[in-house]
Amino acid sequence: MDIDLETFRAETRAWLEENCPPAMRTPMRSEKDATWGGRNPVFAHPDQKLWMDRMGARGWTVPDWPSEYGGGGLSPAETKILREEMARLKCRNPLNSFGISMLGPALLKYGTEAQKLEHLPRIARGEMRWCQGYSEPNAGSDLAGLQASAEDAGDHYIVNGQKVWTSYADQADWIFCLVRTDKTSKQGGISFVLFDMASEGVSTKPILLISGNSPFCETFFDNVKVPKANRVHDENKGWDVAKYLLGHEREMISGMGLASRGEDPLIESARRGVDPILRAQIALFEVRSKAFSAMSERFIDELKAGRAHPAQPSMMKYYGTELNKARHELLMAAGGSDTLEWESEASNHGAAPRAWLRTKANSIEGGTSEIQLNIIAKRILDLPS
Amino acid sequence: MPLYLTDEQQMLRDTARDFVAEHAPISHMRSLRDANDATGFSRELWKQFAELGLTGILIPEADNGLGLGHVEAGVVLEEIGRNLSPSPFLTTAVAAVEALKGSPHAVRWFPGILAGETVVAVAIDERGKHDGKIAMKAERAGNGFRLTGAKQFVAHGHVADLLLVAAATDHGTTLFAVPTDAKGLTADPQRLADSSLAARLSFDGVEVDADAVVGEVDQGDGHLARLLSAGRTGASAELLGVGGGAMDMTIAYLKERKQFGQVIGSFQALQHRAAHLYSEMEVARAAVLKAQQLLDAGDERAANAVSVAKAMTGLATSLAVQEGIQMHGGIGMTDEYDIGFYMKRARVLAELFGDTNFHADALAQAAGY
Ligand SMILES: Cc1cc2nc3c(=O)[nH]c(=O)nc-3n(C[C@H](O)[C@H](O)[C@H](O)COP(=O)(O)OP(=O)(O)OC[C@H]3O[C@@H](n4cnc5c(N)ncnc54)[C@H](O)[C@@H]3O)c2cc1C
Repeated sequence: MDIDLETFRAETRAWLEENCPPAMRTPMRSEKDATWGGRNPVFAHPDQKLWMDRMGARGWTVPDWPSEYGGGGLSPAETKILREEMARLKCRNPLNSFGISMLGPALLKYGTEAQKLEHLPRIARGEMRWCQGYSEPNAGSDLAGLQASAEDAGDHYIVNGQKVWTSYADQADWIFCLVRTDKTSKQGGISFVLFDMASEGVSTKPILLISGNSPFCETFFDNVKVPKANRVHDENKGWDVAKYLLGHEREMISGMGLASRGEDPLIESARRGVDPILRAQIALFEVRSKAFSAMSERFIDELKAGRAHPAQPSMMKYYGTELNKARHELLMAAGGSDTLEWESEASNHGAAPRAWLRTKANSIEGGTSEIQLNIIAKRILDLPS
Repeated sequence: MPLYLTDEQQMLRDTARDFVAEHAPISHMRSLRDANDATGFSRELWKQFAELGLTGILIPEADNGLGLGHVEAGVVLEEIGRNLSPSPFLTTAVAAVEALKGSPHAVRWFPGILAGETVVAVAIDERGKHDGKIAMKAERAGNGFRLTGAKQFVAHGHVADLLLVAAATDHGTTLFAVPTDAKGLTADPQRLADSSLAARLSFDGVEVDADAVVGEVDQGDGHLARLLSAGRTGASAELLGVGGGAMDMTIAYLKERKQFGQVIGSFQALQHRAAHLYSEMEVARAAVLKAQQLLDAGDERAANAVSVAKAMTGLATSLAVQEGIQMHGGIGMTDEYDIGFYMKRARVLAELFGDTNFHADALAQAAGY
């Protein structure tokens, strides 16, 4: 055993014991319990803020980012220990953020020093909430077909156009956005820009989902002024940044709902007694789910060692999201009519059916399952077009 | 420990890959079958395995073996699976060695295994499904035991030098090491669908000495458990090779077969199925390595991981061979073409030491439902 790591584990455990409020060690009951931070944060419970602030101050919302950018500066081994200790105490995620899982990694790779210093620490402390301006009405799976334009106006761009399916655009403070800076080249005419959602000319309109929630929006840009200093990477080179970020988005989505979930409600309901056919379906599901956990572990180990195939996140995303959908189908079947109540106290305001419906988006958002299969077929199996 | 092969393990894989592909490719199996070979494998090849040290892969260094683990044994088994090589490696060098390790029988039998001369068969199943139920009786007789009952699905049972037999004793289960020339023992070899041979064994009051017991009387569960986890993990690795081999062959075919003026691999319907198959195989691969590593570490989570590995490789490989034949079209149905051999071998290995349903059920029971 590495003495330093053992010391780190003991200290981490003690710190978490002391600093993670008891309310933050209970399972989240619905999406409302998630902590998003931002300029005008909303907390369902006061301890959410306490927990986010304490973790943010240590850089432990982003433990493996460098400390000069607000991160924890931890090594991969230390990061793993922190996650294990958090799982052991059943600590909730202190901060949900597209800044952490998507923009951050892209800025660390492609951002200027000034951009990193301006944005990363605020992301780490949960002070800014970000949204993702990729999809457009006619550019979904065919993302590079996007039309929202950025016109050169000297030291700034003038952005016009429309985005769609922008998750939480109405609550976000800033947007990372793909815009067209050259109409003559499809993938080679895209730039990646950041701007404040409070800028003049930005407006949003929420869209209601089948789950009854409306987390995403149509987003409109009408002559929005964006300083050129807010462009990440070179002009017309935004597709590189976009793809790199998508890799991280796919990793995040593939792990959603499956990673270290503690006591499994599916197995709980199986223990309460279900019909033999459902029991068998649950058991076979568990085979795949446990095997996929091993795959996730392997993928992370390979990533750290630089051995992973660059298209492997597509496989993780495809498999993980299809599994998560299957899991919620089983949960609904096991719960029966108890899981159908849409509003009652007993059903916790329909947490189960809303979560079930929400998972249907897993295989659409961040690139559909079909698109992931295309990528696997072409880039990993080398099948021709 | 990271969940991928170390550099040393990759080197071993390359050695095994080259060796098996050169000395025991599918044509080797085909010619044994065509000759209706009564042994079912090549003794000469078994000797060559020994010369490379591979038969001693799990035998401790103190007993002159390589002293390696389940990951390394699996690396070899995967290549055996990929080439559909008939070999007593799984039963002898993996399951039996693991069961005999640390017992007085090791001294007696390991040298022959190391020399590539001895073959050991394991006699566990008593009906068409592996279910852990043991009706075979071992009654005390003289200073030993008398065995009565029957076993089936005993790979190499008709040519083995030693049988490992699980039997019910007064207060539990006991594992016996039974020499195959014992009186009252008959072996009826049957050719299976994959053209390998497995025997039905009948024990008609077979008398063995007290020292035939492996471990302690009535306390055979521990040894049996070690035999079974080694056998199950090993069978998973071999299945991975079978599924991987079938998949590689199919992807290669998709890139060369032309219809409608283009290679069929350019059709999206087939691309998506190939990509799905790839995903299932990768997930199965991770599950196998996880089980091997936990077994090697003596981790208490190994039992569950072994069940996950055996069940998952059963699912993934069965998909690989079915898609393999379908995507080959008519040629896939011919005996002349090799893909069908993969389907037959996968079916046999899927049954060996418990199929997908058996292991999914074991997981459910362990989770309390
Ligand atoms: C809950 C949710 C949140 C989202 N959040 C965001 C966000 O924050 N920001 C953002 O920019 N976007 C977001 N999206 C948008 C998401 O990225 C797109 O919905 C997705 O990329 C699919 O595009 P589309 O909806 O236009 O479907 P389409 O591209 O129209 O696809 C329709 C169907 O055709 C299939 N298809 C399309 N092309 C092919 C092909 N070449 N081969 C085979 N099949 C094909 C698709 O797989 C799908 O089944 C979100 C989506 C959802 C559901």
